[in-house]
Amino acid sequence: MSPAEIREEIVDILSDITPDDDLGALDDGKPFREQLALDSMDFLDIVMELRKRHRVQIPEEDYGQLASMASTVTYLTPKMVDCVRK
Amino acid sequence: MYDTLIIGAGMSGLAAGIRLAHYEQKVCVLERHTTIGGLNSFYRLRGRDFDVGLHAVTNFTPKGAKKGPLARLLRQLRFKWEDLSLSPQIGSRIAFPGVHLDFDNDIGRLEAEIRRLFPRQTDNFQRLLAAVVDYDDLNDEHFRMSGRARLAELFDDPLLVEMLLCPLMWYGNAREEDMDWGQFCIMFRSIFLEGMARPFKGVRLILKHLVRRFRELGGELRLRSGVSRIHVENGRAVGVVLDDGTELLARNILSSAGAVETLRLCDDQSIVEPARAGQMSFIETMSILNVQPRDLGHDRTIVFYNDRPRFEWRKCDELVDLHTGVICSPNNFQYPPEDGKLPEGVIRITAIANFDRWSALNEAQYRLEKLRWFDRTAAAAVRFMPDFRGHIVDTDMFTPLTIRRFTWHDNGAVYGAPEKRFDGSTHLSNLFLCGTDQGYVGIIGSIVSGIAMANRHCLSATA
Repeated sequence: MSPAEIREEIVDILSDITPDDDLGALDDGKPFREQLALDSMDFLDIVMELRKRHRVQIPEEDYGQLASMASTVTYLTPKMVDCVRK
Repeated sequence: MYDTLIIGAGMSGLAAGIRLAHYEQKVCVLERHTTIGGLNSFYRLRGRDFDVGLHAVTNFTPKGAKKGPLARLLRQLRFKWEDLSLSPQIGSRIAFPGVHLDFDNDIGRLEAEIRRLFPRQTDNFQRLLAAVVDYDDLNDEHFRMSGRARLAELFDDPLLVEMLLCPLMWYGNAREEDMDWGQFCIMFRSIFLEGMARPFKGVRLILKHLVRRFRELGGELRLRSGVSRIHVENGRAVGVVLDDGTELLARNILSSAGAVETLRLCDDQSIVEPARAGQMSFIETMSILNVQPRDLGHDRTIVFYNDRPRFEWRKCDELVDLHTGVICSPNNFQYPPEDGKLPEGVIRITAIANFDRWSALNEAQYRLEKLRWFDRTAAAAVRFMPDFRGHIVDTDMFTPLTIRRFTWHDNGAVYGAPEKRFDGSTHLSNLFLCGTDQGYVGIIGSIVSGIAMANRHCLSATA
């Protein structure tokens, strides 16, 4: 997956978690926590969805990398290079 | 071999099941009874639908709210706000001798009532609001502090303290006499700062959503499958034995059967801490009326009544305590026009009851006492609402024994044990608690309990 595809995939996961939110207005540089009021349970879900959909393993000490869209895409790019968007 | 076995198909067990099935676990929910719901259930009798447990869904927040337990629940279960079809209350009342406070889902209403009736306590009430908002329920350092002591510091009018405690204890206090400060804050938020609502179709709508989702995700639900034993080997729960002798193996077990009740199921005889079961049990009378309550001049959603200046929250000596109770009319919610009105008027009255006294009755006495206390309870309640008794066309009633049968809680203790296990842990490394004895109460609370315990103990461990 390219970084753009990874971003699309994350938006897809987020829209699953928060269907009532407008994700079109998401600012990639700002923390999810501020924009979407995500809590620790939601971050667990991002991790779990990535594992379920793409078998990507994210160790607990790396959860901090998922703070914003930009940092998430940067972090996942090497990990998901062989993944295919379904 | 299951990844997780869940004991009990109530709100918490089903919610936990959804989380685990969503993340591809092989999961089975075991329910002793012939139907789902546990403490919150429903049945049909003489052609009518009855709800048990739920008066109102507390923790109600409007669509779009991002914070609070309801928003968290919706995200975690991938439900839409509309799925729960929650209609807000019209307004409720705390009724004491000669004085009552009305409130609704806007805290401003309660503030105005306090300004009007307790003008000298207005500032103190603002201090209480600030303290409740500040209370961090994830840091439970002050949880066990006495709620009564804390309120006595904040207010210098004991009557207002009693009136505030009344609905909060009624809707979620497992401890007798006093209330933990943490529990007070959680209940205050859920009832006064968030609010109350109900689906037009009642609790069955929420349960049906939970079961449907669980099954769609591949979860297995077994009714009439009581767990008689949790089999323990070398300090780990390895599986369960059902009442009919069937053995099931699992990596993890999540139990909503209650703390004491779950430990008693374990066959390792290693229980060192005799946890104390709760004592607060109830009766509830249900009256079907040939009029809508509003036609009798009764528009309150819930009335929490108490006929003495002090609110006594403890197991009573008699079969039923007639001093305090809760009157609920499911008709009195703001249902949307497309739902219309409920077909018949309903008045439900809940009162404190003594489990031991009800247990000691023989069959004939039990039937007689139910009739006797139905009438006495109704007579006690009409001191605080218009007399509806001439309009009753059908009735039903449950007692502490009914609660015991449906929930398996010792003493028919609706809110479970007074000491909660917030982390859900037990003496075994792969046996966990969810539901009432883990800590959260109410419909939303128990669902969040199932979610939180599944996440914490059964999901992250499967890496």
